[in-house]
Amino acid sequence: MKLTINGEPREIEAATVAEALAALDMAEARVATALNGAFVPAAARDATPVTPGDALEIVAPMQGG
Amino acid sequence: MPVFYGTEIASPLMLGTAQYPSPAILAEAFRASGAGIATVSLRREAGGGQDFLRLMEELGVPLLPNTAGCHSAREAITTARMARELLGTDWIKLEVIGHTDLLAPDVFQLVEAARALTEDGFKVFPYCTEDLSVCGRLLDAGCEVLMPWGAPIGSGLGLSNPHGLKALRAAFPDVPLVVDAGIGLPSHAAAAMELGFDAVLLNTAVAKAGDPAAMARAMAQAAEAGRAAFLADPMEPREMAVPSTPVIGKAFLS
Repeated sequence: MKLTINGEPREIEAATVAEALAALDMAEARVATALNGAFVPAAARDATPVTPGDALEIVAPMQGG
Repeated sequence: MPVFYGTEIASPLMLGTAQYPSPAILAEAFRASGAGIATVSLRREAGGGQDFLRLMEELGVPLLPNTAGCHSAREAITTARMARELLGTDWIKLEVIGHTDLLAPDVFQLVEAARALTEDGFKVFPYCTEDLSVCGRLLDAGCEVLMPWGAPIGSGLGLSNPHGLKALRAAFPDVPLVVDAGIGLPSHAAAAMELGFDAVLLNTAVAKAGDPAAMARAMAQAAEAGRAAFLADPMEPREMAVPSTPVIGKAFLS
């Protein structure tokens, strides 16, 4: 299905946030997720469905001031 | 040494992690200065986040994640929740930007976000202005530390309003205060500490120096000197000269 991942349109096969991360090869990465602007805790990724057109943000700690 | 939310920090220097020429130079700056806290951001993972996190964990400096770039309370709250999960800390440097050119805080949304995050168990370090009313509202919202700007982020201009910062110190004598942003030189850091501030938070002045590690060390020394001077109870300035050498006993020679 079509999802927007970190602002980029992507076509991936996934029914949940966890599956989307796995499809992006980030199942083991230390990242945090938000779906359509709402935080999705790691423990809720398996149970959080994604639907076509959803915007998934995947973030990690980076340089900052 | 400063105490934030019951945790004592090893140095009054808090250092950002952005804009260094390389990760190795960043690490050198932290080792050379002994900075007590490192700020980090959350950004879209494009492959670099995992290495950066490993580097910071190797350095062993307590991490303070920020909500840099957030322009609404809602965005900042979501970012804070993601940071807490990722880094396992309930500390958050809360930035809600209201004006893009000056990166000035949106103090209304800042107070709103600070209240919501405190209720959610966060220990909030608000990037704010030195306005006494705003700072009072932040304390009412549950903040136990205040971080007013010295000057706009990245400007290196120093302390734009020393009188306002001094008034803030006097108004809230028991609240840990940090000058966050605007510090360009060690003399600015020392000046903030001489006003009775508990710490300084800076990034660009070190990262953009020709020798970041040497500048980081100079900043730490300046912050420590400023703190020591404050605790030593400086003299009051006077308008007129007063001889320091005794007048009595001077030989009569004319």
